[in-house]
Amino acid sequence: MKAQRTLAMATVAAITAGCASMAPTPDYTALLQQMMNGSFRDEGIAKTERLKQDAANAACSEAQTGTPPDAVADTIRQDALQSVRMPKDGKFLGDWREGEKLAQNGRGMTWTDKTAEPRDNGGNCLNCHQVTKEEIAYGTIGPSLYHYGKDRGVTDPQSELSRPIVEYTWTKIFNSRAYNACSGMPRFGHLGLMDETQMKHLMALLLDPQSPVNSH
Amino acid sequence: MRKLCTLIAMAVAALATAAVAQQKSASDAIAEYRAMLADGNPAELFEAKGEDLWKQKRGPKKASLEQCNLGKGAGVVKGAFVELPRWFADTGRVQDLESRLLTCMETLQGFDSKAIIQTPFGKGEQANIEGLVAWISAQSRGLRFNLSQTHVAETTAFELGKRAFFYRAGPYDFSCASCHGQEGKRIRLQDLPDLTKNPGDGVGFAAWPAYRVSSGELWGMQRRLNDCFRQQRFPYPGYTSDVTIALGVYMGVNARGAESIAPALKR
Repeated sequence: MKAQRTLAMATVAAITAGCASMAPTPDYTALLQQMMNGSFRDEGIAKTERLKQDAANAACSEAQTGTPPDAVADTIRQDALQSVRMPKDGKFLGDWREGEKLAQNGRGMTWTDKTAEPRDNGGNCLNCHQVTKEEIAYGTIGPSLYHYGKDRGVTDPQSELSRPIVEYTWTKIFNSRAYNACSGMPRFGHLGLMDETQMKHLMALLLDPQSPVNSH
Repeated sequence: MRKLCTLIAMAVAALATAAVAQQKSASDAIAEYRAMLADGNPAELFEAKGEDLWKQKRGPKKASLEQCNLGKGAGVVKGAFVELPRWFADTGRVQDLESRLLTCMETLQGFDSKAIIQTPFGKGEQANIEGLVAWISAQSRGLRFNLSQTHVAETTAFELGKRAFFYRAGPYDFSCASCHGQEGKRIRLQDLPDLTKNPGDGVGFAAWPAYRVSSGELWGMQRRLNDCFRQQRFPYPGYTSDVTIALGVYMGVNARGAESIAPALKR
């Protein structure tokens, strides 16, 4: 009801403004914020504070189907790059079998999920990416990751030669904005959606030559 | 050596054929499943229930909904659905089908709309609304969407709906556009309509309300949007809240000219 009053009031305001000075553009940014704040409520782990946008989300929303100005995008990427923490023990790869389970798992962070803990979150990878040849139920919003390591010439992920692509991949999973300011991919490390161990399993899925991503 | 090469080539060819066959059989199976479903749409049962509910004297005032004005005048049902959401002078608001039904249920029948807003989907009067939206939308089946954008509240709702559609937030940084902003994409095997423009006859906005085979339920657009926000990892949108109606205006205006097939049939 509060929300309905807000829209009615906004409308009155818009009409009044229109009559006063030959229809100036309404302040849609303020009206939008008012509408968002009045339309949602807490449910389970999904609290209304989730509606709050950081500067990057605000800029990428504003750009709609386009991209923010170069200077803004640069700042977003730089900030993201600085947020990345490499694995504490210096080891980047876990078990690709666990990684495949995580990639298949599309659960987590909805108001029907019990906790926001990483152990209750999947990687959601298959929702948007092809991962292996065998799994045909894959989404197409993101690029195919089939042969991810193989196509990048990774034969020994532990070698110095592989180091740049290993660090790039970790960074991408940790905070996808580091290379693409308005990336569509969640920031798994930065927002604590997955812990280090889980991210290492996904790294193994992508880069281990034994993983079905690369071996099949 | 040449023999070995031939053998390898044959093996590779066989593998490739097998892979193609696997892909084909999976999509064939899905197509068959969909064709099977289309044979009889259980939404008809909800339509029958809805027609009955429209004409029945109910609520504290023991009145029917037959005098309800869905936008084309009191009691006019045919063609009303494809012009909603729209501005209503009596409430001073832009309303979608479900919020307009709440108005009629309150003013004509004496129901408490606040109580219905708080009622979970599928329970109590919410279950009755499922029938009503099935029947009312069916009276516009085959007609084309034609939402008004003449009142300033309607154009404001469109502009706000558009901004809400691209509003990125939450733990996954998703907006509606994350899934529905490009053509020809899918999640897993589910095709995703591009809702930033007219996605075509009977697709997207023009396919709801719908009967969902997977849950055996009839979902109105409010419930469809509610589940979108759940998967977007957003907090819970109020039933008929401003954001849901503004999004309806944005999608409905984008779908201008698209043929409505509601109540449709979904997996």
